[in-house]
Amino acid sequence: MTKHKNKRSQEKPVRLLLLGLAGLGVLIMMLLQGTDITLFSPKGLIAGEEHRLTLLIVAVLLVIAVPTLSLLYFFAWKYRESNEKATYDDHTRHGNFFVFSVWAIPTVFMLVLASIMWPAAHKLAPKMAIAANAKPITIQVVAMRWKWLFIYPEQNIATINFVQVPVGTPVQFELTADETPMSSFWIPHLGGQLYAMTGHQNQLNLIADVPGDYAGRSAEINGAGFAGMTFVARASSQQGFDEWVQGVKSSPDVLTADVYGELLKPSQNNPAAFYSQAQPDLYANLLIKYSGSHGGHTEHE
Amino acid sequence: MKEFLIGKLNLEALPHEWFTIGGTVAFIALALLVIIVLTRTKRWKWLWDEWLTSVDPKKIGIMYFIVAGVMLLRGGLDALMIWLQQALSSGSSHGYLSSDHFQQIFTAHGNIMVFFVAMAFIFGLINYIVPLQIGARDLASPFLNTLGFWLFVAGVIMVNMFFVFGGQYAATGWLAVAPLSGTQFSPGVGVDYWIWSLQISGIGTTLGAINFIMTILKMRAPGMTLRKMPLFTWGSLCSMVMAATVFPLLTATLFLMFFDRYFGAHFFTTELGGNAMMYTNLIWMWGHPEVYILMLPSFGVFSEVVSTFSRKRIASYMSNVLGMIGVSLFALSVWLHHFFTMGSSADVNAFFGVMTMIIAIPTAVLVFTWIATMHKGRIRFTTPMLWFLGFIGTFSIGGMAGVILAVPPADFQLHNSLFLVAHFHTMVIGGVLFGIFAGLTYWFPKIAGFRLNERIGRYAFWCWLSGFLLAFTPLYVLGIMGATRRLDHYDASTGYQPLFIVSLIGGLVIAAGVVLQIVQIIASVIQRKQLMDTTGDPWDGRSLEWSVASRPPSYNFTVIPQVTSRDAYWDVKQLGTLKTAYEDILVPKNTASGIYISAFAFLVGFGFVWHIVWLVVVGMIGIIACVIARTFDEHTEYTLSAAEVKKAEEAREKKTAVARVHKSLAIGEEMGLWEFIVIVVKWALDILKNKRWRTW
Repeated sequence: MTKHKNKRSQEKPVRLLLLGLAGLGVLIMMLLQGTDITLFSPKGLIAGEEHRLTLLIVAVLLVIAVPTLSLLYFFAWKYRESNEKATYDDHTRHGNFFVFSVWAIPTVFMLVLASIMWPAAHKLAPKMAIAANAKPITIQVVAMRWKWLFIYPEQNIATINFVQVPVGTPVQFELTADETPMSSFWIPHLGGQLYAMTGHQNQLNLIADVPGDYAGRSAEINGAGFAGMTFVARASSQQGFDEWVQGVKSSPDVLTADVYGELLKPSQNNPAAFYSQAQPDLYANLLIKYSGSHGGHTEHE
Repeated sequence: MKEFLIGKLNLEALPHEWFTIGGTVAFIALALLVIIVLTRTKRWKWLWDEWLTSVDPKKIGIMYFIVAGVMLLRGGLDALMIWLQQALSSGSSHGYLSSDHFQQIFTAHGNIMVFFVAMAFIFGLINYIVPLQIGARDLASPFLNTLGFWLFVAGVIMVNMFFVFGGQYAATGWLAVAPLSGTQFSPGVGVDYWIWSLQISGIGTTLGAINFIMTILKMRAPGMTLRKMPLFTWGSLCSMVMAATVFPLLTATLFLMFFDRYFGAHFFTTELGGNAMMYTNLIWMWGHPEVYILMLPSFGVFSEVVSTFSRKRIASYMSNVLGMIGVSLFALSVWLHHFFTMGSSADVNAFFGVMTMIIAIPTAVLVFTWIATMHKGRIRFTTPMLWFLGFIGTFSIGGMAGVILAVPPADFQLHNSLFLVAHFHTMVIGGVLFGIFAGLTYWFPKIAGFRLNERIGRYAFWCWLSGFLLAFTPLYVLGIMGATRRLDHYDASTGYQPLFIVSLIGGLVIAAGVVLQIVQIIASVIQRKQLMDTTGDPWDGRSLEWSVASRPPSYNFTVIPQVTSRDAYWDVKQLGTLKTAYEDILVPKNTASGIYISAFAFLVGFGFVWHIVWLVVVGMIGIIACVIARTFDEHTEYTLSAAEVKKAEEAREKKTAVARVHKSLAIGEEMGLWEFIVIVVKWALDILKNKRWRTW
């Protein structure tokens, strides 16, 4: 292992690695041709804000990471053993200024990041109602094994694995679960996820700005049917929504207690289903069902 | 009666799918092979006396390495099975695994990689290196150490049990999230295997951690104040303090879950006042620090490696130490960032977000001290240094991803996605595992007596690094595309498949890296004479472990060194040599108590898994009896007289002299891959031609 050999043998793989990384980038770009990169194409206010916030954080991080890494690899190259021109000094003393800077620089960056994050975390809290001209609609969501039940209390209809909302109208999802492990309700095009849990109600406010069909699913593992626990979230015009509601209302199926009992049985990869009526209080009873023995705190902070 | 005798055990439990049967057969065949070899070579007694019952932390360290290495292959196989399923299972194709089986495999993969690979390697390194670095002859309690190791082995056997013996494993994710892990949703024995494998090995970890804290605090060589302690020891101390803090929490949580499952309690169930969110909190209060328990010793390894191979002392030692302490303190108060999406209020989420970001500060300080150490150094690009340079790149990517995930609104979109999976694999592979590999290569001459082959080591490194990037870059992208983790099937319209295939190819490149590492070790054994370390100090090292011979004698130091500065050995080398003198040394005796106690602990666990009450009772009585018997054993140490030490030292000196001659005669370069293949082929041909198997 002579010095020169050592040096030469290191340069080639580094070049290959850089080349390979560029190649990998191109390859991924090519593979993604025509595919929709969900989080980069937000279709609603919340998803858009979350996307912008993420990019801002990345930008701030790159400001510190790029120079740091460049300096590190530059030093590794410059002070390589075979470079006899570089100075060697084992006795460098790192004074107070050095110590101060190594602590101060990351602290400043983290203060910047925290000051971006703190207000954003409040503004984009799932519970926060979205300010808009339209009157918000409420949709109750029940995670079941392994399907999503949507109840529209104002319209008095219910659906399985399909939810339609009007564009530009804030939607208040009220999430709970029944006889199902923790599940996570996620429509990435419209915004971040929130857990649906038995005996609890979580509130997730989302809004769709662009009409279209968006994939939704459970993001948290909840058993054998987890991968197939998907649904379609359709955003349409208000008129389209009203027509759709009328259509569902003419469905022969009704969500009675018996039908609900059938739904409670585990089943996988369920197709969409529509119910012209939902038994009133079905959702409210779900919250009571689990709170009987411990004084019922249905909403937690 | 049958139920009393064998509980829930039945023939159904036996493996009956092609890969479980294949696994079982392969495992039994391997075990038989080992047994035959040991019997034919009459090595049983040697194995028992010299290794299994040994209390020498160096030997226990090596045993940790062996178990961890085997488990790395086992967990790696799981990883490839996961990759293959995900690359295949798009649209109308459903891959080759059922969803239940797929879920068992990724749970096993996670548990094995974290507990039985990363933890085991870390414990192995700490066992071998820390006593040497602090100038100690032994640990504070050699017995606790062997007990900890064997409890860990019992956990390893338990986690692999379902494979050989039958039943199933938890299909719940590596932390067995509640209420999914309750009997309502997971009625089988899978979660019970999970509970008891973690419970038994976790108790071993707690004991080990306490032992190392005592050792580091009480047994340092005279003159080595805390502010003169080597950085790997500092990293280990931080890690062990965290382990002793949070592992009891895991033990308690597992007991609560055990009560739920076995006695029908309702701590974490959906009914009768159970609260699964409590479980989520408890398990992450332990789970998050656990990651840093793995990370901190790796930080320590890198500090040693950078300093040695830059031929410079570490820049701003105190900043480095405070950085590690800072990381371990803050790591205890960030657990909630694992479930921002559970619905806590904005204030709670934001608070934990800030706490998480604060961890980035001491971590960045560590990186800065490494950069400053390289400044005006004289850097040798040996393989440990390559692992370091690879680590810094991947660690920065993973760290940035981590800060993004620490921002609650960003996390809402990325949580549970493959972006998260890519993030923690970047930290655990690019951070922990690269650190372990750097450490193993760096200390290999100390452990084995000869250096590792550098050439093949470099090939292995480049395979690992490029394979890693190839495998996990697509996962970051997939996460951004909205792909969640743990998918055994996805719709063709999602467009995930090409990226999953790229990722699988990356996994195969990593597998090639693992094969090259095995080749590297074999090639180094073949060329051990010319790679022999006859000085004890092959890298021009700075700390005390390099002042003793490679391999060190069982008592480590003939004379306990007097430490005057941070780079204890470097300064000795600059000033003059160590003096030799011989004295009586107190050496701990071997003991099999640890093995017996762990065997009984295993029976308890096994009895609980299958509801065999009498076995539990037998196991418990056995444990108690063994512990009591051990307390009556008053002859746990013996004295090695000065004369014996002198004799041993002189014998070794002679052997080293011979080795030196051999080394000077053995000319030629370290072999490359091609030479290795030629040697192996020649060897195989020789066996075939001369029918050598007849003599076996």
